[in-house]
Amino acid sequence: MHGRARKTPTPQEEKAFALKASKLRPLQSQFLQFHHNKTYTKEALEVCAKLLEANPEYLTAWNYRKVAVEHILSHSETETEIDPESIKSIFSEELRVTERAFAQNYKSYGAWYHRKWVLSKGHSSIDRELQLLEVFLKKDTRNFHAWNYRRFVAALKNRSDEEELQFTTDMISDNFSNYSAWHNRSVLLSQLLEKKVQGYFPKEKVLTEECNLVHQALFTDPDDQSGWFYHLWILDRMVKVESPLLVSTWPPHGSSINVSVKGCLDKSTLSPMTSFDLNTGTIPVILYFSEAVEGVNSSTINVESIYDATQDLIWTPLSTNNSGSAQAWVTYLNFLEEKFHFLQANPLKVSVGHSQGIVSLNGFHCAHPTEFEFTVYVQPPTSQHTDLQCLEMISWGDENFHICETHLKESSPIKFSYQLENNEDNESTTYKWKAETIANEIALFRELLSEANCKIGKLTLARLLMAHDVIMSYNKSSDTYKLAHSEEVLELYCDLMNSDPSHSQFYKDEYSLVLLQQLTSNLESLLRHCYHYRDLSSSSIHGHICLRLCNLSLSRIGSIKQLLWIQMLDLSHNQLRSIEGLEAMQLLSCLNLSHNQIGTFSALEPLKLLKALKVLNVSYNEIGAHSVNTRRYLCSSPLSHTVGSDWNFSEFAIDSVDVANYWEAFFIFKDLKLTQLDIIGNVVADEKFKVFLLKVMPTLKWLDGVELQRHPKP
Amino acid sequence: MASELGMGELEVEKHVNYILSVEKNTDSFESVVMEHLRINGAYWGLTTLDLLEKINSVDSKEVVSWVLKCQHESGGFGGNIGHDPHLLYTLSAIQVLALFDKINELDIDKVSNYISGLQNEDGSFPGDMWGEVDTRFSYVAICSLALLRRLDKINVEKAVKYIVSCKNLDGGFGCTPGAESHAGQIFCCVGALAITGSLHHIDKDLLGWWLCERQVKSGGLNGRPEKLADVCYSWWVLSSLIMIDRVHWIDKAKLAKFILDCQDKEKGGISDRPDDAVDVFHTYFGVAGLSLLEYPGLKAIDPAYALPVDVVNRVFFGR
Ligand SMILES: [Zn+2]
Repeated sequence: MHGRARKTPTPQEEKAFALKASKLRPLQSQFLQFHHNKTYTKEALEVCAKLLEANPEYLTAWNYRKVAVEHILSHSETETEIDPESIKSIFSEELRVTERAFAQNYKSYGAWYHRKWVLSKGHSSIDRELQLLEVFLKKDTRNFHAWNYRRFVAALKNRSDEEELQFTTDMISDNFSNYSAWHNRSVLLSQLLEKKVQGYFPKEKVLTEECNLVHQALFTDPDDQSGWFYHLWILDRMVKVESPLLVSTWPPHGSSINVSVKGCLDKSTLSPMTSFDLNTGTIPVILYFSEAVEGVNSSTINVESIYDATQDLIWTPLSTNNSGSAQAWVTYLNFLEEKFHFLQANPLKVSVGHSQGIVSLNGFHCAHPTEFEFTVYVQPPTSQHTDLQCLEMISWGDENFHICETHLKESSPIKFSYQLENNEDNESTTYKWKAETIANEIALFRELLSEANCKIGKLTLARLLMAHDVIMSYNKSSDTYKLAHSEEVLELYCDLMNSDPSHSQFYKDEYSLVLLQQLTSNLESLLRHCYHYRDLSSSSIHGHICLRLCNLSLSRIGSIKQLLWIQMLDLSHNQLRSIEGLEAMQLLSCLNLSHNQIGTFSALEPLKLLKALKVLNVSYNEIGAHSVNTRRYLCSSPLSHTVGSDWNFSEFAIDSVDVANYWEAFFIFKDLKLTQLDIIGNVVADEKFKVFLLKVMPTLKWLDGVELQRHPKP
Repeated sequence: MASELGMGELEVEKHVNYILSVEKNTDSFESVVMEHLRINGAYWGLTTLDLLEKINSVDSKEVVSWVLKCQHESGGFGGNIGHDPHLLYTLSAIQVLALFDKINELDIDKVSNYISGLQNEDGSFPGDMWGEVDTRFSYVAICSLALLRRLDKINVEKAVKYIVSCKNLDGGFGCTPGAESHAGQIFCCVGALAITGSLHHIDKDLLGWWLCERQVKSGGLNGRPEKLADVCYSWWVLSSLIMIDRVHWIDKAKLAKFILDCQDKEKGGISDRPDDAVDVFHTYFGVAGLSLLEYPGLKAIDPAYALPVDVVNRVFFGR
């Protein structure tokens, strides 16, 4: 019931209702009797029509009419063909019934469908339909039943997309505040652009015109949302490169990597940034694309090396829901075999996109062939046959982190990470048009904001400024890209958080992404957050480089493509709810997420894809504190049919533990091989839960800073 | 939390009495008009009672035997005894049986054959044999089959593909390809994609922003841009935002207050907007919305299956 005032009915109203009910009830039972007895007499149809006039939502009555029409048409008593005029009048009667229903409720699904059904039989004229629609769209310009019906009629009448586009132009000129018209425009324009219909090519010309049209709406009433979504869509179509691109890799192009097959590398002589202790004897190769793609495999990716060990590599999508698509893909190169001579250079070359097959979810092929090369040195084993995390507990205290020596910059492969950015030809006319259009838009919205305090205007300006910086960054040959406007954008988001507090978390998330973009945009700024990990109380000389992004009030993670090289990451003391994206960081072995807002174990799902992860700190989060799990359908589970029914939980179930209460933890931890876990300071972490954890993760040696007794000390 | 945030209180007892009274008062005009979708009404009312931890106040045997009488010989369910079968009513029937842990009373193959038999070549679903296609019916079919543990009876890949073909410029979804986005329709499509593990087809940031912009000054949510707020969108928008993990983008306290302001504090029930007439439909959506907002004292509701979490867990993790 919508829009009816709450009040106690007067005795008269009470009476009127009772009267209506007493009329309707016999109609309903009479109708059902006819229906069940398959009676299709004139009288029966009349009862049915009356019922629908009173209650157009009565589904069975619409069905009955369709059965009746088919019955009458096929059971002509006279055994001769029914003449066309009678057929026409039968269907005309049906159209009349729908019109009487519309008078009662013009949003009745049943009535609209019945009309479609009648027209699709082809015995009625469709000439009246557009006029009828104009009446409805005048009464309510946003009636989506009418708009849907209009698309149906246009198709039936073979109206061209241009004619229908003109109709949306007319509706919009009448009143800019018509989201339905803007929507329909986007549908029609997409079709016209795709078919390259005459007058709708080149795309640049059409999109510029559309932009000008929607500007009028935005400047007329900046607080009306209708045009803004259309504007964002047009901007997206202008700026976005349709085909997916390879934007980052590990190892980066031109880099040299040292790996140990067994034991630890002596990082006092080798750069800790290029050295990897790989007890598995494998190193990951990561491909990071501009968007999720499918079709990455040994036939679309060619890996050349002096050995043939690179044939038939298995590429795995780094996604959490088994979809077969992902933004990041990984394969593991095997250096265990005898033929790899120690200290000998193993050059490798990877070619991406030379053959078709890598496709985005929107169906665009990866069209920019890219190559990258790197060299792997296999280091001889050292005396110690264990790696750092197995030997000693990692302690995240500030005292263990030391400012990085400057020489890191020289040897660092991360400087190469910046070279594989987009290679769009910045001399092309498309590029120039893009850059110019965005610059114009920026100027225009600065003007708008100088006159009106409009939140979506500010948001749009922030988005435009970032798009501008990204586009301009192609225009470089240096190893950094400049974000000339990031400070201004951060200020805009701060302003929005204050002026539109209801959506402050949305702006905060956007703010976090820009902050990370700024922070990772060049090597100097990134290295300022890199620290040497060295536990002073320990005898070990091994050191990790840790990226410490603590206390930045980050609510979201981004810029992963710049961070693929990281082995140790401290994200503590932020406001993270999710760690989506972290699954691409295949080298990560130590992760600190303590003092954040992680609400469920499901939010840790990306960790399942991190083969190297050994040390995890999720202490002081909100796991177990919420009744609503916002990651419930973004992780793999039986609820989303992304996990088969072959999992066996019962062997881990302990007395009085309900499967349903622990399944989230079970699905995460059964695939992790942690040696160290901190979970204190979460509601879920009671004694019973810890017993459960020990059962699920036999590799665990330290829990909440305490060495577990089940492993005798070496 | 309620008093901390200055919210009004949820009138639990009055809402329970209101729902029970609607069920009894079969002579009123309202119940006569609602006769054709009584099974939907049963689902709204009973789920609300369960969320309020009061489902024991109805006779489950009576309900279950009535639901079973609504089944048509084709296997589908009608909105009432003797009515034609339709997917919308079939889902409600399954949901009501799930509330009482009585799905096994069904001939599961018969029901699931009815549903799977409706799938079109392009993956879409008509609501019944008459062929009206709508993504609402895709959701209903997928949700029903999942609850019956028979999702393998349909071509899920094609079903997903059809839903994705209804995606729009704003990241939302319409009822057929080209149709405008609408919060109710978005719930159906996001829900169907959630149940089939296909949420990667959604641009979560784009859709999340559109959805969070449904919150208007009063704190309530509308279903499309420049429309009035309405309690029923508390469910459709909120559940969609939760499934794509963007619910923190709205002001939950303000929304809770809006819903509570729509209560009839004297007679119970919740309306679409403050001071409008209450009905079971909006009472359900109001209470379900508060549950999604973690309002104290309410059972948690699952955003995709639209049933209490313990009921869904029983279906998927139970014996
Ligand atoms: Zn409503």
